[in-house]
Formats: sequence, C-alpha cells, structure tokens
Amino acid sequence: MDFDMIARYAPLLLQGLWATIYITALASVIAIGLGLAVSLLNATPFRAMRWLCRIYIEAMRGTPILIILFIIYYGGPSIGFTFDAEPTGIIGLGIYGGGYFAEIFRAGFQSIPEGHIEAAQMLGIPKSRIITRIKIPQMLTLIIPPVTNQVILLLKESAVLSIITVAELTKNTTGMVAETFAVVEPYVIVALLYWAVVESISFLGRYLERKISYA
Amino acid sequence: MDFIRIITNHYDALLTGAMMTALISGISICLGMVLGLNLAFGLISKHWPIQRFCAGYRSLLRGTPMLVQLFIVFYLLPKIGLDVPSIVAAIIALTMNTTAFQAEIYRGGLLTIPPGQVEAARMLGIKTQTIRIRIIIPQLFRLVLPSLVNETIAILKNSSLISVIAVTELMRTGQQIVAVTFRPLEVYIIAAGIYLTMNISLAKLGSFAEGRLAIGTRS
Repeated sequence: MDFDMIARYAPLLLQGLWATIYITALASVIAIGLGLAVSLLNATPFRAMRWLCRIYIEAMRGTPILIILFIIYYGGPSIGFTFDAEPTGIIGLGIYGGGYFAEIFRAGFQSIPEGHIEAAQMLGIPKSRIITRIKIPQMLTLIIPPVTNQVILLLKESAVLSIITVAELTKNTTGMVAETFAVVEPYVIVALLYWAVVESISFLGRYLERKISYA
Repeated sequence: MDFIRIITNHYDALLTGAMMTALISGISICLGMVLGLNLAFGLISKHWPIQRFCAGYRSLLRGTPMLVQLFIVFYLLPKIGLDVPSIVAAIIALTMNTTAFQAEIYRGGLLTIPPGQVEAARMLGIKTQTIRIRIIIPQLFRLVLPSLVNETIAILKNSSLISVIAVTELMRTGQQIVAVTFRPLEVYIIAAGIYLTMNISLAKLGSFAEGRLAIGTRS
C-alpha cells in the first residue's frame, strides 16, 4: 500500500464520496416520491391506470439500470431531452428506484389491517385523510427495513453512473487509476469507502426502526 | 422510429448477445449455488474463525457495488499473475457477488428447517455430509425458490455491467449496433425489451416451479 499516493488523492476521493452520497440522497427522494405516487395510483379502481403502473413497475424491475441510463443519456437527445450527465444520472436512478419503492409501499399498504380502514370509513373520515392520517403513518413504521435496503441498493447502483461520466466515487477512482497506474490502492480504498457508507445506512435504519416502532 | 428495421438487420447479433448474457448469468448462478451453500453452512458454523470469515466475506461483497467488484477482479487478477480473458474475469466477479447474496438466502432458509429433523438424523447416526445433502438441501430449495429467482434476475441485470470490460453480451452488442446505426434510443429500448422478456420469463418460470414443488406440502 502506497499511503502517500492515497493522501495525495484523498481530496479527489472525498469529493467523489460526497457526490455519491448526495446523488444517492436525491435519487432516493425522487424514487420514494415516485414509488408512493405509483403505489397510490395502483390502488385506484381505474383499470387502465393500474395497468400503466404495473408496466412501469415491471419495466423498472426487469431492466438493468445501465440500459435505463443509456436510453435517457444517449437516446434522450433524439427526442429533445438533453441533460448533463449528473442530472441524467440522478433522474435515471430515481425513476429506476421508483419501481422498487412502489412494490415496497404496496406491500406496506397491504399489511395494514382492513378493520382500521373500515372503522375510519364508518366514522366518515374522507378518503384523502384516511390515506394521509391512517394508511401512511402505519405503513411507514412497517417499511423501514425494506426502505433501508433499497436505499443501500441505490447507493451501490449509483456506481454505474460512472459509465455515463458522472464524477462520483467510482469515476474519480478510475481517474486515479488512469493517472497513477496503481490498481490495488484505489480499488481497495473505494471498496472500503462504499462499505463504510453502506454499514452506516444500515445502522441508521436499525436505529430508526427501534426509535419509531411503538408496537 | 424504425424498430423493425433495426431488429431485422441485427437479429443475429442481438440473439447472440442475449444468449451470451443468459449463458454468463447461468454459469455464475450455478457456481454461486454451490459456493453459496458452502458459505451458508459456514455462516451457521459453531467454529468462530470460520463463522467470522464467512460473515466478513458476505458483508464485504454485499456492501460494495458490483461495478467496483468487477474492476477489482479484472485489474487485480493480472497483478497476481493470472492473465485470464475478460469473460472469465466477468464470471468470477459475478460468481463472487452472487455467492454472498445466495448464502444469505440459504442461511434464512436453513433457520426455518425444523431442528428436530437434523437431531433425529444425528441420532440415527447419519453423517453430517449426508444430512446436508439428503435432508437439508432438498427442503431448502423449496423454501428459498422465490428469493433464488429474484437473485437470478438481479444477476441477469448486473451482467449488463460486464460490457465495460469488453465482454460482448447483450449490452455491448447494443452499443456496437448504435455505433453503426446512430440510433441509440431505438437500439437501447430494444435491448431493454430483451432484458425485460428474459426476466419476466424467469419470474413466470419461478412461480410455475413454485406451484409444482408445493404439491404435497398443501394440506
């Protein structure tokens, strides 16, 4: 291990680490919002809407993230969508994650006892209030473990963004490899950095679970 | 939009690419099955050095991106004197990755097998190896089949990453077709459709097998 080299490249790697973290955070926010919207639309009585939601979910869960990024980044300009690599990466990762979050929310909604919703309906609580005050709060406590896992998955998938030239951790590491011709140090360091972030997220998830679960 | 023309002109290439993707994923999943089972038994081992080692492997492989693992295998193997073709490096990386994920799946399954069965077999003087092969593993696969199908789909999707180390599978075939047709949108949508078809077929096959294997367990 050449620690001098690691020290020299530390700013580059840390900047990449920060980019990876905020890209994952933004993509997770998009994915959670999209997933919640799709899971709510998927529960509507309109068959065409449910069908569309199903197609979206299956398409996202069945195609690699790399190909989704390529469609947006290289295919987008031919229909007038031209974005820089980084927004493309965040949007692509968000849309991709949305399909997974929609399934998590669906499972969460399903595990709420039917009686709670019936009781709320009997009391004349409007439908939108049932969703915001009864369904969502109960679901949130149930889905913390799968959501934590999904955020970790998105963090790991964010490494793929380096292929469409987003300057995140993996991209900066390949840059370091290209400049120094060393491979052992950069890749070992980058693996350890990802591992540290993953372990921190799962620690945070367990903490939240303990904190929020009142059952 | 000329999807039809691209498909008819590059039919052979797309088919070869898809076969390559299926083959590489299939080999990795099968190798990962053998190694993953061993790792799972290591994870529940009573000998702490074995248990610690297996837990460390699982944590590290599950906690780092597939792409980084691929780079490590691809660049480190030549460093230690193993000059393997990129397809072999790709299979090694995918196998190492799926081994960790499959081990976790099997470990979960092992916990649900009633301990009384293993105790009874021990009392009858059956060897540990035989207990595993004849009693635990056959039941295990029925239990973990849904998770195993999900893992296969994940590996099939992750196999698209090996295009970056120049293995000519479906993703790279797509890139090559884009290089001659200049139609990225259409070509990548076609490739996405092929991935989707493979994955949905796998999921359907999985639920069919699940129904079949459940016969006899229903009361």
